Amino acid sequence: MTVTSVTDRNSPTLEVQDLKTHFFLKGGVLRAVDGVSFTVGRGKILGLVGESGSGKSITGFSIIGLIDPPGRITSGRILFRDRDLSKLSEKEMRQLRGNRIAMIFQDPMMTLNPVLRIDTQMVEAVLAHDKISKQEARARARDALGMVGIPSPEERLSAYPHQLSGGMRQRVAIAISMLHQPDLIIADEPTTALDVTIQAQILAEVQKLARDHGTALIWITHDLSVVAGLADEVAVMYAGRIVEQGNVDSVLDRSLHPYTHGLIGSVPSQNRARKRLVQIPGMTPNLLDLPPGCAFRSRCAHADMACEQDPPITTPEPNHALRCFHPQREYAA
Amino acid sequence: MTTWLLRRILQALLIVGAMSVTVFVAVNVIGDPVEVLISPEATQEERARLIASLGLDQPLWKQYLNFVSDALRGSLGNSFVYNEPALGLVFSRLPATLELAVLALLIAILVGIPLGLYAGLNPDSKASKTIMAGSILGFSLPTFWVGLVMIMVFAVQLGWLPSSGRGQTVEVFGVRWSFLTADGLQHMLLPAVNLALFKLSMVLRLTRAGTRETLSMDFVKFARAKGLKPARVIGVHVLKNIMIPIVTVLGLELGSLIAFAVVTETIFDWPGMGKLIVDSIYVLDRPVIVAYLMMIVLLFVTLNLIVDILYSVLDPRVRLESRT
Repeated sequence: MTVTSVTDRNSPTLEVQDLKTHFFLKGGVLRAVDGVSFTVGRGKILGLVGESGSGKSITGFSIIGLIDPPGRITSGRILFRDRDLSKLSEKEMRQLRGNRIAMIFQDPMMTLNPVLRIDTQMVEAVLAHDKISKQEARARARDALGMVGIPSPEERLSAYPHQLSGGMRQRVAIAISMLHQPDLIIADEPTTALDVTIQAQILAEVQKLARDHGTALIWITHDLSVVAGLADEVAVMYAGRIVEQGNVDSVLDRSLHPYTHGLIGSVPSQNRARKRLVQIPGMTPNLLDLPPGCAFRSRCAHADMACEQDPPITTPEPNHALRCFHPQREYAA
Repeated sequence: MTTWLLRRILQALLIVGAMSVTVFVAVNVIGDPVEVLISPEATQEERARLIASLGLDQPLWKQYLNFVSDALRGSLGNSFVYNEPALGLVFSRLPATLELAVLALLIAILVGIPLGLYAGLNPDSKASKTIMAGSILGFSLPTFWVGLVMIMVFAVQLGWLPSSGRGQTVEVFGVRWSFLTADGLQHMLLPAVNLALFKLSMVLRLTRAGTRETLSMDFVKFARAKGLKPARVIGVHVLKNIMIPIVTVLGLELGSLIAFAVVTETIFDWPGMGKLIVDSIYVLDRPVIVAYLMMIVLLFVTLNLIVDILYSVLDPRVRLESRT
């Protein structure tokens, strides 16, 4: 199961190539993810950033194979440890899910089944992939709870979800995702619903767990300040496409895409105290009737005729890719 | 839990008390049994004697007090018609109604939940749409009409099943049961299906709605993300959640199955309580009517209590709140 050859160590854990996930609705085809490519190395953290509806969660669900009709992965490759996940059968995919690839959801109040005890939900996750006794599975569950910083895990095991706070529930969900020490964890805004202090604790713990076990992590969020402190690489998504990606320092410090500027400008910071926060005007476009060309141009101050064509991908500096005709060095505001 | 239970039992007793007044008064309003019981040729003295012997010469409040004091000693009076204890009369008909209602409930559950689950999991398939359309017929067609059609088709034209009576019965613990003999079961099938049809449609629609709602919940997606087999996701994660409303409704519906078996029992000539109450209303046999109604009240109150307890077993959130 965990035979790691030498080539395995060098090749990235996950390589997504030109992924397209479309939803075939009555009103037309919704291109939720429209040609997304990125790689995540072993033990590395990728921050996937964007507004609501930019397709970042759908990207995550595409990787773990939980896209339900009318949605479908229409093209692209998802190479996970050199296997193309989009070609696997549902049964093969199920054996990877929760085992080699795990996912943490956004709302801890909703991810645990309200009518099942914590131990039931953890033991079933262990037994889904390992043939061991219930006692061993329970012991493994208890250890996992201890690992994510839950005090008196033995007592918590026999609790129901509603008896735990939101932060505790999210730790339980993280513990469940760590049960099989997966190679990849997809975290879909796991700290958005939590207090800032709890958020910081959980970020630190997840970072440590990923480093210790060599787990690759995709951290989906709309919060750039989280990404700044956590991720190695960052990819900024807009309307189903990645508009800017690369090393976290170069993207955040020397951002070039007007949309990334907008995102950075809308984060409150102490340096720019008492100044009005910069807003990105307008709303995310309706993905159902997206005109060709740059999807951001209707909200962009620098847009011109050229933007009615699809912008090509350029590489202004090593490990920093961009999809824009008018890269901006300075903040627009 | 104990204080909660005690409080619930106290409430239940209050309801029974209030209902006894209502029932007693209502039955006294609907008509004078003397007119029905006494032949028109009877003399004035005979009339007076009979009225006195039935206790009907006393004022209503006194009649009620007598009724309560008798009731507390376990007697609800003698039937005017049969001159037997009314309660015993009702009880002697109880097993027939009970076995019919239970079989109907079983049919509703065993057919309704799987079909509802199927329709909920495959909302767009042709089969699901057929099932849903059928369920609309199931609870909009009147029971008596469906019963008559069933008799015409299965008993008269096809001749597969008998149309009336309990068939052969077996005595167990001094009670006669039909469901233990093949012949009895054959006799039960048509009335039980007739009685079940409405509940079946309801269970089916409830299950489908619950399945559709639960499937879209995050915890179902999370369960799938854990790599669980579909059988476990559906059978444990989804089903346990949708059982909460279904148990509530079914518990209450068992009461109405027993109480409203009247129509089915009349059509299929099933000698249960429903048949007894209809006959008793015709002759204004007050003690039997009162005894029957009081038993139905007790039944509903008890079922409500059981459902509340079951509910707390199924839903841990209720359990915690009830303790505080």
